[in-house]
Amino acid sequence: MFKSLMSWVDDRFPATKMWNEHLAEYYAPKNFNFWYFFGSLALLVLVIQIVSGIFLTMHYKPDGAMAFASVEYIMRDVPYGWLIRYIHSTGATAFFVVVYLHMFRGLLYGSFKKPRELVWLFGMFIYLVLMAEAFMGYLLPWGQMSYWGAQVIISLFGALPIIGDPLTLWIRGDFVVSDATLNRFFALHVIALPLVLLGLVVAHIIALHEVGSNNPEGIEIKKNKDENGIPLDGIPFHPYYSVKDIVGVIVFLIFFSLVLFFAPEGGGYLLEHANFIPSDPLKTPEHIAPVWYFTPFYAILRAVPDKLMGVIAMGAAIVVLFLLPWIDRCKVKSIRYRGTSYKVLLTAFVVSFVVLGWLGMEPATPVLTLMAQIFSVIYFGFFIVLYFTSKNEKTKPVPERITK
Amino acid sequence: MRQLLGKHLLGVILLAFSSQLMAAGAGIPLDKAPVDLHDKESLKRGAEIFATNCLSCHSADYMRYNRIGADLGMSDEEVSDKLISTRGADGEKTKVGELMKVAMDNDYSKEAFGTKIPGLTVIARARGADWLYTYLRTFYLDDSRPMGVNNLAFPDVGMPHVLWEQQGLQKANFRTETDKDGNEKHIFESMEIVEAGSMSVEEYDAYVGDLVNFMVYMAEPVQVERKSLGVKVIIFLLIFAVIAYLLKKEYWKDVH
Repeated sequence: MFKSLMSWVDDRFPATKMWNEHLAEYYAPKNFNFWYFFGSLALLVLVIQIVSGIFLTMHYKPDGAMAFASVEYIMRDVPYGWLIRYIHSTGATAFFVVVYLHMFRGLLYGSFKKPRELVWLFGMFIYLVLMAEAFMGYLLPWGQMSYWGAQVIISLFGALPIIGDPLTLWIRGDFVVSDATLNRFFALHVIALPLVLLGLVVAHIIALHEVGSNNPEGIEIKKNKDENGIPLDGIPFHPYYSVKDIVGVIVFLIFFSLVLFFAPEGGGYLLEHANFIPSDPLKTPEHIAPVWYFTPFYAILRAVPDKLMGVIAMGAAIVVLFLLPWIDRCKVKSIRYRGTSYKVLLTAFVVSFVVLGWLGMEPATPVLTLMAQIFSVIYFGFFIVLYFTSKNEKTKPVPERITK
Repeated sequence: MRQLLGKHLLGVILLAFSSQLMAAGAGIPLDKAPVDLHDKESLKRGAEIFATNCLSCHSADYMRYNRIGADLGMSDEEVSDKLISTRGADGEKTKVGELMKVAMDNDYSKEAFGTKIPGLTVIARARGADWLYTYLRTFYLDDSRPMGVNNLAFPDVGMPHVLWEQQGLQKANFRTETDKDGNEKHIFESMEIVEAGSMSVEEYDAYVGDLVNFMVYMAEPVQVERKSLGVKVIIFLLIFAVIAYLLKKEYWKDVH
């Protein structure tokens, strides 16, 4: 019965073919470790955000006079509205946590290298759109931090020569952040950017499945196939990695629930205290800081004394990540077989990113600004030094097969 | 190396989340507010104190009266008698299902106090319980201020000392210090009651404690339910994790 139904469908739509290509007969290396959970987790969080977002949209009012109250209405009068709202706000942080760990995995095992440059580029575009999505979503609660955060970030575009002022006016739709800004950010947040995001995620996965997954050893499993053309070190994604990822999903959900149910404000880092005061264009909060996932770049921005140069440095900090497949010229992928130089550089990079993230949350005192300058240099230093050291890096021999 | 890197990164991420709370407002040490959301009697007392003293000028208009009744175990009649004193434009007494609005209009408040009076529904989430508890107990006499009082936690605040009949009036003693740049600094030393109120210091602290407890509840009425649901969800996930792990192990038996 089911079989004949499936063959009816398959004659008209490649359902079984797609299932096989992407799951049942997609051969993934058998040695995925802890770091390989974060790709599927990012997909899970995307679904969580879309579903919780749809329910929020049913009750939220994108209107300067009503937005703040409508969020409190969701928190109080909508049955389980508080749960949906906290799922969405915690989900935003979770998204960046898993995406940052997913990107770090790429750096550890060289997943951005040939032939996966496009996988990396699509991924970087996802990251870029995700930042825009999060930034616009953060305006919607319409609290003081929403308002002034948007005011500060949008004004950065004003530093650009000639087009700066008209550009900020065009983004805001008004001379200050206002109802017009809120309304357009809502439109972009709930429909335009999610559409782009979904398209990019599909492209990211199709590109990955075209070239096949990398692994902690950095060995191409497609080089060793059996007589049926199946990689000797590969196992079908489904059921092996689908059952394994379920374990990862549950462990992730435990951490997610700990934040969601017991610390949804995240000590003022996830839902900032000042954001419980309705937006007021006449009162600037004492201390304006973006949410944690933007703070490394915010710290780089503030480290440069000149506003325009700061904006350029901040942009460069993101652009340079796109270029990584061509900056890192080492043929060996995995850190397990790479030279000491890469291990030192990567550690310095991770430390600088985390420290910059912390500095971006703090008020800019002279000492902290100096620190931000030092760690910004380390951040960019990673890419510059890597370009030269990676060419003739002292690597270890990479095995032919995955043995573990 | 691989494991070391992993541990290092996770450690740093956890550190970033657990670091200290940001202190809000003026730089005086805050007293710890006695918040206990399971103490319904305290919350009920706090609700009455709030309705009698705060709600005449401040609104709490994201909150409905009968939500308090439902959460704290008060009947509609009780809510109406104890908490509601306003009337609508039609002269009818405000209904229990309505939002906790305020009678005073904003133009008048701006004229009288020089500022828009803030709504208080979620103020405890913005300021923190300890700040509110300190603020409501540190009004002191200051002739230079239009209301005759100033406040340690909120210097030059526009609000008068509404609870002066309960607390009485107190004088703040400052010591003057000159730092190495020659700037004079006034450092708070102690409070001194100059006109007794109807309550002792302990009674007033408990009174404000009840009020702050209620304001913490009102800022997020679902807190108690949220945590109890969280415990259930996590227990479910832990059991599910074991099953999922066993399933994974079963499937992976034949992978070498």
